[in-house]
Amino acid sequence: MNEIQEQIIEEFSLLEDWIDKYNYLIELGKELPQIAEKYKTDEYLIRGCQSKVWLNVEEKDGRLHFTADSDAIITKGIISLLIKALTGRTPDEIINTELYFIDKIGLKENLSPTRSNGLVSMVKQMKLYAIAYREKLKS
Amino acid sequence: MALILKCMNFDINKIRADFPILSRKVNNLPLVYFDNGATTQKPQAVIDKIVEIYTKYNSNIHRGVHYLSNYTSEAYENSRKVVQSFINAKYSHEVVFTSGATGSINSIANSMCQNYIKPDDEIIISELEHHSNIVSWQVQFSGKGVNLKVLPVNDFGELMLEKLPELISEKTKLISITHVSNTLGTINPIKEIIAIAHQHNIPVLIDGAQAVQHTKVDVQDLDCDFYVFSGHKIYAPTGIGVLYGKEKWLDKLPPYQGGGDMITSVSFEKTIFNRLPFKFEAGTTNYVGAIALATAIEYVQNIGIENIETYEKQLLEYATQKLSSIPELIIYGKAKNKASMISFLIDTIHHYDTGMILDKLGIAVRTGSHCTEPLMKRLGIDGTVRASMAFYNTIEEIDILYNGLERVKKMFF
Ligand SMILES: Cc1ncc(COP(=O)(O)O)c(C=O)c1O
Repeated sequence: MNEIQEQIIEEFSLLEDWIDKYNYLIELGKELPQIAEKYKTDEYLIRGCQSKVWLNVEEKDGRLHFTADSDAIITKGIISLLIKALTGRTPDEIINTELYFIDKIGLKENLSPTRSNGLVSMVKQMKLYAIAYREKLKS
Repeated sequence: MALILKCMNFDINKIRADFPILSRKVNNLPLVYFDNGATTQKPQAVIDKIVEIYTKYNSNIHRGVHYLSNYTSEAYENSRKVVQSFINAKYSHEVVFTSGATGSINSIANSMCQNYIKPDDEIIISELEHHSNIVSWQVQFSGKGVNLKVLPVNDFGELMLEKLPELISEKTKLISITHVSNTLGTINPIKEIIAIAHQHNIPVLIDGAQAVQHTKVDVQDLDCDFYVFSGHKIYAPTGIGVLYGKEKWLDKLPPYQGGGDMITSVSFEKTIFNRLPFKFEAGTTNYVGAIALATAIEYVQNIGIENIETYEKQLLEYATQKLSSIPELIIYGKAKNKASMISFLIDTIHHYDTGMILDKLGIAVRTGSHCTEPLMKRLGIDGTVRASMAFYNTIEEIDILYNGLERVKKMFF
């Protein structure tokens, strides 16, 4: 479960300074598999943020698959990491995962509630989806 | 540097030394603070004043018979006179201390809706307004059927004054307009607007939150009925602001809040409100903030608001020229008459992305909609990067911003 987080931490440890890290994020952002256009609507928008974030979830065989997008590239880069860490997991795994890697790779500032870039709300929304699906899958 | 020399009695190094925060580093680089539109930094004199009051004189005002209360009461009332002379109000009791520009507008909105603005009435604002001068009215109007009419802007970000007459009707009860746009920097022709309004006996409220720190304001010359601003945008602490109102209006309007210090006599049947300005200052006011506001204003007056204006105009001119030399950079707000701020975007790079990279370079700018969403809609964008300059900023800092933007370009293109 934390393997992916460890893997990301290792990848980032090779990057020397913030410029390399941000350049890497920008690359990841550009590569992020985009959310299907039909989900880029207000319904899937995470509100109240400077950069817009859209998030969609689909459940298959008890596992949740997330897709997301943003209009800001740095935000997209971080989304790509967050999705990597949480997608394809069971609701229980998602609920119990502590996302410690952001702090470890020196990008904590991007996940601070005061930045209003939508990422904190996105993680919260992912966990809420997991809780909802856990209940749904039980019944 | 030739630009700096044009302003003779202006020693930028000495000025910068007055602001301790300007010598700190951010991300291991010297701080370049271009977010003065959001709030300004404080000179040592203001910081010292706050410490002095709390260390030597603190006591509630207008209440005690004792030495300390006398001292702070006098200092507080003296601050009122400092503000009076700064904006050239006719009487010091026309100066009411509030919590800030937002507090001032809300207070007037509430008072006016008690006995002056009635259902089916209208007020006129502009497309440039800060949410403060939109939502304060909406909150009071909700469910009452009062309407907001909006004066539009042209593509340069200037108000379309020619449209004002057609917005005015018998139902118009107030025109409430910003002096300077916090997003585009446009300096509005408020004197003309006030003259037009007065031909129709309509009072005018001016939101001076982005003006008093940049240019001379004379409320008698303008003949505005209300003028509001925030202390923290003019080098004073947060939590203090000013509501200037003509005596005849403040007399006529009922108070916004009830409490201590604003009454002459109280019984359970009837309360007689105190005279101006105390009628509008319920409860314990931010007297330390008010006293420090006077210190900030005196600091500005010492340098001279005209000197500040001249110097800042040069900064704006240089910054406009320098940033325009980046071909992909689009400047929003090209009014002929502008205060020292520039709103821009680099091609399709998101304002948040630009702001994040500038932050890494020690440069503080504001990104987003700047609390002016209707204006963003008019411009067809959802935000900008805004560099807002103060008289302690330098040509060198503009060069640092320019280099930062070149860096941003390299990273995102
Ligand atoms: C034009 C304008 N009006 C009102 C305000 C509100 O000021 P405050 O938040 O200090 O009350 C601001 C602050 O950004 C402003 O720029």
